[in-house]
Amino acid sequence: MSAAPPTDLVPVTIDGQELAVPKGTNVIEAARRVGVDVPFYCYHPKLSVVGNCRMCLVELGQPAVDPATKAPVMDPVTGRQRINWIPRPQIGCATTVTPGLHVRTQTPQIKACREGVMEFLLINHPLDCPICDQAGECKLQEQATGYGRGYSRFIEQKNVKPKRTQLGPRVMLDDERCILCSRCIRFCKEIAKDDVLGFTDRGSYSTLTCYPGRQLTNNYSLNTVDLCPVGALTSTDFRFKMRVWFLKQTPGIDPESSAGANTVVWSREGVIYRITPRDNDAVNDSWMADSGRELYKQVRAPGRLAGVRVAGVPASLDAAVARAGELFRAAAGRVAVVGSGRSSVEEQWLTRRLAEALQASTQLVSRVGEGDGLLVSADRNPNVRGALVTGLIRSLPAQRLDDLAAAIDAGRVTTVVAVGEDLAAAGLTPAQLAKVQIVHLGTAASPTSEAAAVLLPALTLFEKAGCFVNQQFRLQRFQRAVPGPAGAHDDLELLARLIGAAGGAAAPADLGGVWRELAAAVPALAGRTFTTVPDLGLPLDSAPFAGLPFVEGPGLHYTPART
Amino acid sequence: MPAPAERRIIFKHIDEPGYTPDLACYLRHGGYATLRKALALAPAAIIDEVKKSGLRGRGGAGFGCGLKWSLVDRKSGKPIYLVVNADESEPGTFKDRYIIHQDPHQLIEGIMVSSWANNVRQAYIYIRGEFPHGARILEKAIAEARAANLVGPNVLGSGYSCEIYVHRGAGAYICGEETGLIESLEGKRPYPRIKPPYFPAVLGLYQCPTIVNNVETLCHVKHIVDVGGEEFAKIGTPGNTGTRVLCVSGHVRRPGYFEYEVGRITLGQLLHEVCGGPLPGRTFKAIIPGGSSAKVLRWGETFTLKNKDGSTRTLAVEDIPMDFDTLAACGTMGGSGGVIVMDDSVNMVEALANINAFYAHESCGQCTPCREGSLWMKKITTRMVHGQARAEDGALLQGVADQIAGRTICAFGEACSWPTQSFLAKFGDEFRAYPAAKTAPRPESVPLA
Repeated sequence: MSAAPPTDLVPVTIDGQELAVPKGTNVIEAARRVGVDVPFYCYHPKLSVVGNCRMCLVELGQPAVDPATKAPVMDPVTGRQRINWIPRPQIGCATTVTPGLHVRTQTPQIKACREGVMEFLLINHPLDCPICDQAGECKLQEQATGYGRGYSRFIEQKNVKPKRTQLGPRVMLDDERCILCSRCIRFCKEIAKDDVLGFTDRGSYSTLTCYPGRQLTNNYSLNTVDLCPVGALTSTDFRFKMRVWFLKQTPGIDPESSAGANTVVWSREGVIYRITPRDNDAVNDSWMADSGRELYKQVRAPGRLAGVRVAGVPASLDAAVARAGELFRAAAGRVAVVGSGRSSVEEQWLTRRLAEALQASTQLVSRVGEGDGLLVSADRNPNVRGALVTGLIRSLPAQRLDDLAAAIDAGRVTTVVAVGEDLAAAGLTPAQLAKVQIVHLGTAASPTSEAAAVLLPALTLFEKAGCFVNQQFRLQRFQRAVPGPAGAHDDLELLARLIGAAGGAAAPADLGGVWRELAAAVPALAGRTFTTVPDLGLPLDSAPFAGLPFVEGPGLHYTPART
Repeated sequence: MPAPAERRIIFKHIDEPGYTPDLACYLRHGGYATLRKALALAPAAIIDEVKKSGLRGRGGAGFGCGLKWSLVDRKSGKPIYLVVNADESEPGTFKDRYIIHQDPHQLIEGIMVSSWANNVRQAYIYIRGEFPHGARILEKAIAEARAANLVGPNVLGSGYSCEIYVHRGAGAYICGEETGLIESLEGKRPYPRIKPPYFPAVLGLYQCPTIVNNVETLCHVKHIVDVGGEEFAKIGTPGNTGTRVLCVSGHVRRPGYFEYEVGRITLGQLLHEVCGGPLPGRTFKAIIPGGSSAKVLRWGETFTLKNKDGSTRTLAVEDIPMDFDTLAACGTMGGSGGVIVMDDSVNMVEALANINAFYAHESCGQCTPCREGSLWMKKITTRMVHGQARAEDGALLQGVADQIAGRTICAFGEACSWPTQSFLAKFGDEFRAYPAAKTAPRPESVPLA
């Protein structure tokens, strides 16, 4: 986002620090800019403000002016303009800054307010953090330490509520832990557009539940788990599997569609436990689809390819590459390359190099579904635009591989290099597969891997680093979360070896090398390196591709260009 | 000094033999003449009269009615709604129900006059769920008035149209809070709204400018138009104009409802002369002067109040005039006019346990301090009266109440904490003595947990 023009800045003073913030900023966000922490539970920047937790109470004041003359009223002691403080504390989340607003967050009154709210939130909360799945990422835990009194005066019986309510297929609710902040309710209503959650009963007995006869089944339900500041909502997939403080966080990209939601991949000792969204206000805000969170399971899925094979027999990589070279030479001029919209920009670049070395035709496998208007777009390939940017393809992929099928039938193609794609799933018949020699890079067993003359096991998204270009033409980077299985090889290495086998000029097998080529050859990436791609992505110039009939409909932060 | 005579304006026909709630009876008594008069006046002129009258809201807060009307956003281009707060749920208050039951057309006329004054085309009467009979009476009265062209399209040929709808609540105290009421009227849970930005005068019902007035207040508007604002302002005392209905309940010989000029009768006159004093052999102990959420007064206490000239005067509790300002100066409030009297047979810990049970049950649960604090206070007082009181419980109650008041979304935070705060301030000795005195449970005196 570009900086707001100075006229839209509002001067405020927070705990004595003067600053100017954009008009419309609330006190919590303004305070954050100067490093002042205003604690909160119910507030979320992407949801409507309800002000129900009362944790963000602050003192507000305005410089005093004489009501008649409008002249500033000075304080004779300090020599500065007097501040009229509002005696009652006010909530920071619902207070938008006004010129000259003064905020105090460190007074005895505010300390008492925070201690009071903390005590109230904890009296009916099960204080069993050692067995709570949220421990380690619990706002209640954090803020009890930061702002609580450290002891409780409560000796009465705690309220009893349902402990295990399955709200939907993926979300479990413990009502006793719920602090009734209503973030999940607001998310479902305002973002997922599936108004399914609400409270029943009242007062301290209020209970979160689904509407009668409904379930929390929408494809964004797990965002409520991320939003939940406490351990009330947990993911049935992740709960009680691993303590969060043991997990390593790796930035990733959701590969299920061209929306390209930013993610965090949580892993420990080479095992991935969960995927959560990573904030990116230009792409996915704080959300991602449930469907994208399950994709890590492909890493350890049955049928994972983990051994190089030549004609179905285990072989060394050297032998396999040599065999591929033989196939390429035997089929000179009759080789086709099938690239993938799921490959990274770097892999697509090397795929292009390979196709050029083989003087092969190239095609991309198209995956089009229905967009959900939010973060799963119609193009289920995460990186078709990467293939355009790298020049692997010049037009959008056809719906089916009909041209390739016809060429095979006519004998014009006798060898196919399938990079990360299953040709059967892409529409080729078993007879067509049988008719050609296949060099296949892949991760999962498929008809193509079964039929492959040369089978080269590659890495899943989570085992390698690279970039995708999403529907906004935003170049986004993902990092390697876990190592690949024994027997699998990095895609770049495999492609570089194949380029060599095809008689092409030596190709780099590492990201740095590929990026040196990309920076030199691709105008949009001129001067760029992999390591300097910003964490929140790099918008590329989409003008060269403006006329293409992209399939995506409107989504979060995306409006299709009208032709 | 003997008590002045009742001055019945609003309750003029209440309990009058032969007076029925139908339109014919109301018309026989000169009904709807004020509406005819109002329709001939400019709306702004009526608002001016209401401002001049100094009328203060009778629902509890005592906010100036004319001022409330003048805050309404009339430039938005959105419709302006009038919502009648007939959710009379403050314990100790029972005035609106008599107007609704016995004189519904007085209210309807007040609504129509106020609607005309504020360019309102749709008015809603939000009546509490526990008044099913009242709702039926209102429905019937509105139908009668509509048939007589007093409500509905082209009222009395004036070209002005306004519909009145009755909406029944489902039985929640919080629906008496105006923004909670609005949410409920919109079909949602009655969670009070945050202010700012949701001031009803700007963003009320359906996010349109909305006026929420109490039943009794709107009846007063009719009489203001009747007699003129200046004339009305002569009733009562300066700043506390008009009459108001006081509902006396509890330990007096003759409890009931009485209409007096505001500030012209003292608490002592009301209780001794009007209500016949304490029950035989008893003495007064504590008075809650404005509905159960108002701070309690101890019988026999005195107040030192500031005069306008800076001097001070001493005022005994029985000499407090029943107006908004003096009661506020004495640390309590006129509230909704519900005067609850407790005599020396009452144990204050048990009385507070009862009040706390009510507020814990009625907290809507939206914001933390009230939701958790009200139930906590109830749990403490319930435990105390069940034989497990501790010496430190009084201080604990005070601590909890202090963490609620002033930190919540709506005034319920004060409503539920003021009883505890004031009971401890005025009767703290009883709370300290209670653990030793009461070791046996008294289950009949408070609801079980």
